[in-house]
Amino acid sequence: MSEKPQGGVIEMADVSVVAMRDSTTLMLEHVNWSVAPGEFWVIGGLQQSGKTDLLMTTAGLLLPVEGSYRLFGYETRLFEEAELAIRLRLGFVFDGGNLFNHLTIAENVALPLRYHKNLTPEKAAPIVEGLLELLELMPLAGVTPANMAAGWRQRVALARALILKPEVLLLDNPLGGLAGRHWEWWMQFLEQLRRGHDWFGSTPMTIVASTEDLRHWRGGQRQFALLRDKQFVTVGSWNEVEISADPLVKELLAIPAGATV
Amino acid sequence: MQGIGAFALITLTVMLRKRSVAREVMHPRIRQETTRSGVALLPMFIFVSLALGFLVIGQTVAALAKLGATAYLGTTMVIVIVRELGPLLAAMLVLARVGTAQVIELGTARALGEVEALEALGIDPVHYMIVPRVIGMSLGVFSLTVYLIIGSLASGYLWAFLEKVPLTPGDYFNQIVNALNWLDFVLLALKTMAFGFFIAIVTCYHGLAQPLRLDEVARVAVRAVTQGVLLCVLVDAIFIVLYQAT
Repeated sequence: MSEKPQGGVIEMADVSVVAMRDSTTLMLEHVNWSVAPGEFWVIGGLQQSGKTDLLMTTAGLLLPVEGSYRLFGYETRLFEEAELAIRLRLGFVFDGGNLFNHLTIAENVALPLRYHKNLTPEKAAPIVEGLLELLELMPLAGVTPANMAAGWRQRVALARALILKPEVLLLDNPLGGLAGRHWEWWMQFLEQLRRGHDWFGSTPMTIVASTEDLRHWRGGQRQFALLRDKQFVTVGSWNEVEISADPLVKELLAIPAGATV
Repeated sequence: MQGIGAFALITLTVMLRKRSVAREVMHPRIRQETTRSGVALLPMFIFVSLALGFLVIGQTVAALAKLGATAYLGTTMVIVIVRELGPLLAAMLVLARVGTAQVIELGTARALGEVEALEALGIDPVHYMIVPRVIGMSLGVFSLTVYLIIGSLASGYLWAFLEKVPLTPGDYFNQIVNALNWLDFVLLALKTMAFGFFIAIVTCYHGLAQPLRLDEVARVAVRAVTQGVLLCVLVDAIFIVLYQAT
């Protein structure tokens, strides 16, 4: 790990990404990607296009097999113990939540806080309750993940990723399979985070979300990119998405082939 | 087997290096696992210890009485129960009752992505999930063996008394004390801790160490239990050699 802080939060140069399940399968090649603090990126791609693997690599959970990846200006390979402080500046929300099934919702959210700050359940409780209140999860505090609707699990995973107040938030397909009222809430809440929410010290949060459906991410000050044929393709703002003639963009916007926007 | 060895070393290293990390989380976890692999099994062990005492004494009284050698009753109990059957039986029961559940539990957690979730949160899965189980099982097998031995020795005397063997409690106790030496205590402690350690390692290894799909959990559980039995027998054989050598 060399220390040469640069401007971007995420700086990938010629990075190659392998699959989480099988480290011999190459998912993406020559990824050149730069994310500035406070930016909101949406990465579109079909199933098996490497969305999860790219986010896992971004989070430091997967080793980039080639190229250079800097997170917060630090050259990273796989995170080591010494780099724990850097890892904790980044929150990750898995597709489906990946909650701890033997713990209640409140315990799930409290675990990272208690583990890293060495807190008793009583000392962690006020902070956890504050966050659960903010995400409207308080009624579910004592429930285990198996006993709640899938739509809420994703939100619990968001709470768990946010409890340590990260600067960067990575969301893997956060709106996948969510009902309308849920994604309405998500869009508003993520927008608040991007602008800087009081609870997180009012600093704008850097957000990267992957999706299979670009329609939900319409408008706003977001940057768009696509994953296609093992390539990372930057599209630009929503306006550029709308005028794009790219068949993949049309597919991700659920527009039938041949129709115009 | 190589994988299990490496996994055991990693676990030991993490156990030592992170002994003071997140105590407020880890100490309750260790208590929880010790209860599960030890205290919770106590009722079953009381029953088994009664049965074991009856069984061993029942068989040996008949044989020894023919030779007029009932003076060796205590000695037989020490050789059979303290040195061999007690520890091995305790290990097998813990493997069956807790080890099996553990592979399935960890395998499911692994398949559902809980390990990646821990890593994403900067929590070492070996530290959070495995270290408490290893400590809990080592302590569990050790203390349950002690209870099993005490219970069997007591129930053994009860059986001998009912069989009208002319033996006072004092004589029986003396026979046992004379048959024991300090090495028995040391090796018993080491052996039972080793059983607990390896049961925990083998079940955690199969449940957690490799990526797993949900449909593979059952198969992995069977393999872990089989290897657990083999490892315990292997450890036992090593300790027999140790007894012989000293």
